[in-house]
Amino acid sequence: MSANSDLAPMHPVRPVRKPRAGGIGSLYAGNSRSVIARGLLATRSSSWLIVLSGFFEPVFYLLSLGIGLGALVGSVSTSTGQPVSYAAFIAPALLAVSAMNGAIFDSTWNVFFKMQYARLYEAMLATSLGPLDVALGEIFLALLRGAVYATGFLIVMQVLGLNRSWTAILALPAVLLIAFGFASLGMAITSYMKTFQQMDWINFVMLPMFLFSATFYPLSVYPQAIQWLIQVLPLWHGVELVRGLTTGALSVAMIGHVLYYVVMIAVGLVFTTRRLRALFLD
Amino acid sequence: MPSPVIAAKLLTKKYKGFAAVDGISFEVEPGESFGLLGPNGAGKSTTMRMVGAVSTRTSGSLQILGLDPNEHGPEIRSQLGVVPQQDNLDMDLRVRDNLIVYGRYFGISTSACAAKADELLEFAQLSDRRKSKVDDLSGGMKRRLTIARSLMNDPKVLLLDEPTTGLDPQARHILWDRLFRLKEQGTTLLLTTHYMDEAEQLCDRIVVVDKGTIMAEGSPADLIRTYSTREVLELRFGSDNNATVATQMFGIGDRVEVLPDRILIYSNDGDGDLDRIHANGFTPVTSLVRRSSLEDVFLRLTGRSLIE
Repeated sequence: MSANSDLAPMHPVRPVRKPRAGGIGSLYAGNSRSVIARGLLATRSSSWLIVLSGFFEPVFYLLSLGIGLGALVGSVSTSTGQPVSYAAFIAPALLAVSAMNGAIFDSTWNVFFKMQYARLYEAMLATSLGPLDVALGEIFLALLRGAVYATGFLIVMQVLGLNRSWTAILALPAVLLIAFGFASLGMAITSYMKTFQQMDWINFVMLPMFLFSATFYPLSVYPQAIQWLIQVLPLWHGVELVRGLTTGALSVAMIGHVLYYVVMIAVGLVFTTRRLRALFLD
Repeated sequence: MPSPVIAAKLLTKKYKGFAAVDGISFEVEPGESFGLLGPNGAGKSTTMRMVGAVSTRTSGSLQILGLDPNEHGPEIRSQLGVVPQQDNLDMDLRVRDNLIVYGRYFGISTSACAAKADELLEFAQLSDRRKSKVDDLSGGMKRRLTIARSLMNDPKVLLLDEPTTGLDPQARHILWDRLFRLKEQGTTLLLTTHYMDEAEQLCDRIVVVDKGTIMAEGSPADLIRTYSTREVLELRFGSDNNATVATQMFGIGDRVEVLPDRILIYSNDGDGDLDRIHANGFTPVTSLVRRSSLEDVFLRLTGRSLIE
């Protein structure tokens, strides 16, 4: 023990902003920045192999199915009836999937671990942060990972000549929207999960959604009832939106796809905030 | 008289009909070191969570720094330091980053956080571990880091939930020393513990809680005076004989308690009573006269049986 370890000459610290009272003030301190900053700092200690695997997965699908299988398939029609090469048909779908994967990885497994084992949110919510700060910060991080994956994938598409229209550049904001939607809903669902077994249910939903959401062939191959089912699920809307943009087959239906995600984001945020509040500020 | 830092009146918390905290009232003055003592499940942690503005009371009134936590949760939390029962340090961040990142949760600028973090690492005697991973710290170091972290926002009140549970004696003494320094500097401390020596070391005033209600309140010395005697005489006659011998101990001490392994005689003159016992022809296998402690008070108030 050293004698000069006294607390005496302390620097006084002042919060930049005074927390507000009542109403939304108890949910939101306007300080998601600190949650994001924490996430970026923590990324340094995360495994880069896992981070990279999320990016390469759709790239491998594109190379094997798009280039390999695509040689056998020839061309396919988009939902607006425009014929495109098989690789150009599945590439936008895989782009949407990569955004989904990035967002889901961060907002489900990472969030689950922080909530159940690391007790990170408990520590955060004992400060002046509100549950909405935490939710927005964590969702932003998930979205960021989705955006990084998607940008990389978009570059791969460009290099392979799979972007058929200038509107492909709009796929980037579209992909952010998709990532936001999945991150928001993913975190909401995760906040209800208590065990690892329950977390497996998420994979149980994700895999068939990935395979059947008009990812590898047009929706029209299904009977009408199955088509409706697929159209209720979120990934199909993302696939259609991105496919329209990269192939240039624009349609009014794309507005509907955007709205679907806007609603998904809002629902996810409301449930996540409510749930965090119930869990840590009961 | 300054207004109290914490004022609880008939504070109650019910979970599905079960009252974890059942109408407790207490006030903590500025600069005071106040202890909540009780066995496991007495409602100490629940009380701490309500005072920490992370749990909503079922009924009663609660004011922290003059504010109602139902209305001003974030504002109250911004002025509290919290040391939870179980460490929840950020395992993904190094020691110093743990402090800086935590300070930023309060909206404090990064540069101010950095300066504060260095001071607090010095205070917590962790300066040479600033770049370590949290996982590599010992239990005592983690505890000190958690305390350093709780001081990042210059809290007016520090809430410590069983701060030394699970630590070895050396680590406990270092921690007590640090907490005592904070107390000297005028930080109000509210702590829970079931270690009586800890309460005697650190607390100006104590409430003993059991089954969600307050059993007694006062300074450690007051409580001993009220609920125990000055000294305790411990006699062992062998497990089989204790009970029979105890029935013949009339008129000695204030109160006699028989335990399976020994007899306790609560007395104001332990040596005198021991002499009288010898004079009456009793020959205990071992005898011990000791000062009465808070533990005697605690056991008298909350009983000896295991409450689970």
